[in-house]
Amino acid sequence: MFDLKGYGPELLSGAVVTIELAFLSLALALVLGLIGAAAKLSNSRVAVGVATIYTTLIRGVPDLVMMLLFYYGGQVGVNMLSDYIWETYEVDFFFQFNPFISGVITIGLIFGAYMTETFRGAFLAVETGQIEAARAYGFSKWHTFRRVMIPQMLRHALPGIGNNWQVLLKTTALVSIIGLTDMVRVAEEAAKAERMPFHFFIPVAFVYLVLTAGSELFIKWLDKRANAGVIQET
Amino acid sequence: MADQAPLICRDIHKTFAELEVLKGISLETRKGDVVSLIGSSGSGKSTFLRCINLLETPTSGDIIVHGDPIRFTHNRKGERIPADNKQVELIRAKLSMVFQSFNLWSHMTVLENITEAPINVLKVPKKEAIERAEAYLNKVGIYERKDYYPAQMSGGQQQRAAIARALAMEPEVMLFDEPTSALDPELVGEVLRVMQSLAEEGRTMIVVTHEMAFARDVSTQVLFLHQGVIEEQGTPEKVFNHPDSERMRQFLAPKF
Repeated sequence: MFDLKGYGPELLSGAVVTIELAFLSLALALVLGLIGAAAKLSNSRVAVGVATIYTTLIRGVPDLVMMLLFYYGGQVGVNMLSDYIWETYEVDFFFQFNPFISGVITIGLIFGAYMTETFRGAFLAVETGQIEAARAYGFSKWHTFRRVMIPQMLRHALPGIGNNWQVLLKTTALVSIIGLTDMVRVAEEAAKAERMPFHFFIPVAFVYLVLTAGSELFIKWLDKRANAGVIQET
Repeated sequence: MADQAPLICRDIHKTFAELEVLKGISLETRKGDVVSLIGSSGSGKSTFLRCINLLETPTSGDIIVHGDPIRFTHNRKGERIPADNKQVELIRAKLSMVFQSFNLWSHMTVLENITEAPINVLKVPKKEAIERAEAYLNKVGIYERKDYYPAQMSGGQQQRAAIARALAMEPEVMLFDEPTSALDPELVGEVLRVMQSLAEEGRTMIVVTHEMAFARDVSTQVLFLHQGVIEEQGTPEKVFNHPDSERMRQFLAPKF
């Protein structure tokens, strides 16, 4: 098959890093998105304000800038904190901000903001009659949320989640900039050393393509299940 | 205690912003009563029904369900709110509602719609809840549709499923909010027939309706609401044949 000049195993472990990074960031983004949407739809002015600042800030700053800020800035912050703790309490506290953690936090935060908007729209799309019926039958707020709001909201949110996921997956490539040895980083080093860019970047592109195409199929399947109660337009 | 009134409402007022929609409505039911609330649009009949199960909080007045008065308090803005959400949930479970637009949960099958509240609110064991649901589906005549989703059924079938959902709570009182208004004319009959059979079984029902034949032939009590007050009240015989109120006579007069 394709001769990867001995970089095969490294590329493979890089691909695993990419996938881990993507899934952990997605999990963080979904949690932040749900919290953000709940905050934006709440009656509390403080919660609405905080969530609005969050989404405005994140959506207005380039992903790369955010990532550099978190990686380098995050380490400086931790250093300052550990200096302070050493000086005041004489306790040795140190924490290495590694590229993987910075990547998950940054990508999770960025896509959490997009998910917030996706979930907010989806919650608003749930018909009031559905929620009213739950109240009229004595459901608690939590039960209404879990058994009526969430399943009905998901139907509206899935297309948006799918789009965000695909963009998120591709955004993970940025983490190679801050030194994470993901698939892109390995390919870059190999391409430089061997002076064979096509040879190494095309397989990487292909892996991304397989991942995005695979997730598209999976999301279609989920969408079909979530829409089970709705007549399909033919 | 055996014959305690299932539902008493005393002097219910409801104000939205500046608009007073209900200006003191009282109602006392006995077990087996079928109360029809009639009146033109905007008369407050639906709002009154929604106050009974606290979908709207009455601005003042008492609601007593089977001897249990709903407790109220005031929030920081001075609005009246229920004092105890748990109590409200318990009371709602005793007053099941049938909506104009059915409001079956669209992501659940008919059977799941009917067993959801008995299992999770009333804590009925799952097996028993399913048996109960199937019995009521048989009663409303759509047992063979139990695994359908609401969107796969006609409006009349959906409303009958919604009635089965209400019955499965084995409620003290059933509240119907214009149950046939969203249906095509040819589907109205099947729903009214089910409701009539429930009335004949002695179930306590409060029905907001535009179906005058139903109000006249099936109810034990008729309330005619006009601009938030009860204009005319009594047996169907009195309200329809010997009304005191001029407005009631106008309301009944042929419109053509």
